[in-house]
Amino acid sequence: MSSIETAPRPRRRPAALPAHLLSPALGLLLLAALGIAAALIGDSAMRTDFQARFQPPALAHPFGTDQLGRDMLARTLAGLGVSMQVGFAAATISTIVAILLALAAGLHRATDAAVSFVIDLFLGLPHLVLLVLLSFAFGGGTQAVILAVALTHWPRLSRVLRAELMQVQASDYVRSSYALGRSRGFVLLRHVLPHLLPQAVVGFILLFPHAILHEAGLTFLGFGLEPSRPAIGILLADAMKTLAAGRWWLALFPGLCLLGLVLAFDGIGNAVRRALDPRSAAP
Amino acid sequence: MDLPMMLAGRGLGRIIALRLMRLGLLLLAAAAAAFALMKLSPVDPVDAYLGPAIARLGPEQKALIAAAWGLDQPVLTQFTRWLTRILSGDAGWSTAYGAPVRTVLAERILPSLLLTLPAWLLSGVLGFGLGIAAGIREGSLPDRIIRIYAYVTASAPTFWVALLALTLFSVNLGWTPLCCSGPIGALPQEVTWVQRLHHLILPLAVLSLLGIAQIALHTRAKVAELMKADHVLFALAQGARPGDIARRSIARNAALPALTIFFASIGEILGGAVLAEQVFAYPGLGRATVEAAMKGDVPLLLAITLLATLVVSTGNMLADILYRIVDPRMRGPAPVLREASEG
Repeated sequence: MSSIETAPRPRRRPAALPAHLLSPALGLLLLAALGIAAALIGDSAMRTDFQARFQPPALAHPFGTDQLGRDMLARTLAGLGVSMQVGFAAATISTIVAILLALAAGLHRATDAAVSFVIDLFLGLPHLVLLVLLSFAFGGGTQAVILAVALTHWPRLSRVLRAELMQVQASDYVRSSYALGRSRGFVLLRHVLPHLLPQAVVGFILLFPHAILHEAGLTFLGFGLEPSRPAIGILLADAMKTLAAGRWWLALFPGLCLLGLVLAFDGIGNAVRRALDPRSAAP
Repeated sequence: MDLPMMLAGRGLGRIIALRLMRLGLLLLAAAAAAFALMKLSPVDPVDAYLGPAIARLGPEQKALIAAAWGLDQPVLTQFTRWLTRILSGDAGWSTAYGAPVRTVLAERILPSLLLTLPAWLLSGVLGFGLGIAAGIREGSLPDRIIRIYAYVTASAPTFWVALLALTLFSVNLGWTPLCCSGPIGALPQEVTWVQRLHHLILPLAVLSLLGIAQIALHTRAKVAELMKADHVLFALAQGARPGDIARRSIARNAALPALTIFFASIGEILGGAVLAEQVFAYPGLGRATVEAAMKGDVPLLLAITLLATLVVSTGNMLADILYRIVDPRMRGPAPVLREASEG
C-alpha cells in the first residue's frame, strides 16, 4: 500500500455523520422527542370526546381517535412512556441479577453448576409462558406484569457474563493474583468485575427492547395493566376488538411507534457495544 | 459417517447420557417451581372455579370443595400427589374448560403442531438461506435488504404484525378468513384440509416470516467471516464461482451455528404462537394457556407449563448434542487421538 501513499489522497467529502452513528443518533433523538412530548401532552391521553369517535387520521388527530374519541397520538405517547418505565425496571433488575449470578459462578465449581442449572431452567420454558405463569402467581395487575417482566430477563445476559468471566479467570494476571495469595472474593471484585462491566452496560441497553416487547405482549394478552392506563399492549388489544370494521389506524401507529422505540434501543445498544468492544465491530 | 458409529464414541455417549439426566432434573425443577408459583398466587382456585356462583355457597361448602381437591393437605403432600398423578398420565380436571386436562390438551395439540412445526421449519430454512445469500456478498444490495429486514422483524411485536396482516388480508382484501381454524359453526371433524390450510396460511406466514431474523443474522455473520478464510480465497483463485463455494464449503461450516440457533429458537416460536393464536382466535395450546391463566385453571396451566418445558428443554438439549455430532472437534479428544497420544 505504501506506493499509493505518495499520491495525493482524494479529499473526503465532509460527511455529516458516519453511517455507524446514524441509527444511535436517530435513536437518541427519538427518545428525547418522546420525553419532551410526554411532558407536553399532560392528560390528553385520557380526554374523551364522543363527537369525535373513530376519526381517521387528520390534522387535528394525526393518529386518529379511538372508540371514546381519545386522541391516539397522545395515547401512543403515554403508552410508550409506560413501556420505557417497564423497560427501565426490567433492564436494571436483570442486569444486577446477571452480574451477581456471574460472580457467583466464579466463586466455586459447585456454584457455577448451580448458576448454569438455573439459567438452563429459565431458558427451558417459552419466555412468554413463563411471563404468563409469573403474572398469574403475582395476582395480575400492573405490579404483577412489571415484576414478571423485570424478574425474567437476566438468563441470556448471565450466560454472556459468565462466559466472559470464565475467559478472564483463565488469564495470566488473574492466575498471578491467586499465586500472590489473593482471596477469590478479592480477585473477583478487583480483577474480574471491571471486565464484566462493559458487557453489562451493553446488556443493560439491549435488555430494554426485549422487556418492552414482552410487556406489550403480556398486556396485549390481557394480563396486568388496567385498561385506564394507556399501554401499547392495551391500545392494540382495543384495536383488535374493532378490527373487522377496518379501522387500521388504531393498530398501525401505536405498533409502528413501539417498533421505532425498540429499534432505537437496539441501535444505541449496538453502537455502545462497538465502541466498547472493537472486536465485535462487524456491521 | 453414520450416526450409530458416532454414537459409539465414548465421549458423545457419555454426554448424551449426562444431558438426558440433566433434562430429567430440569423438568423436575420446573415442575416444582411452577407448582410453587401456583401456590404463591393470591387467586383462590375454588373462587376461580365457582365464579359468580360463589354468592350461593357458604364457607362450609367451599371448604368441602377444597377438601375434595386435596387443598387442605400440606403443600408438599399436594405436590407429590400431583406429580405422581401427572406421571401416570392423569393431569387432573380443567376448570376453565370443564373437561379432563388430557382431553383439552389432546384437542389442541394438533392445531398447535400444524401451526408451530411448519413455522419452525420454514423460519429455519428461510433464515439459513437468506443468511447465506446475504453473507456471501457482504455490503451488496441483497445483503442490505436482508439485513434491514432481519433487524426490523426482530424488533417488531408479533401480535402487531399479526393484527396488520389480518386487517390487510382478511378485512380489506378478504383473501383469508378472519379467525379460527375452520369455518365458524363447523365441527372440527367436518373441516376439510383445504379449509384448514386456508385458515392456517396467514398465522403460519406471520410466524415464519418473523422467526427468521435470528438465524439469518447469525448465519450471515458466520458466512461473511468464512468468506475471508484462506481456503475460500484459494478456491476463488482457482476459479471457483461463489455459488460453488457457498454450496461446498460455506453452507456446511455455517450450518453449525445455524443448527444451534434453530433448536434453541423453539421457545420463541412457541411464544410467538401464543400471541398469534390470540390474534387469529386459533384454537391451539397458546390460547388455552392464556385462558387457563385468566380463569385460574391451575391444573391446565401446570400441564401446559410442563409440556412446554419438555419441548423447549429437549430442543436446547438437541442443539447441544447435535453441535457435537456435526462438529467432531466439540466432542473432546477422539478415541483414535487418545490412543495415539497414549501409545
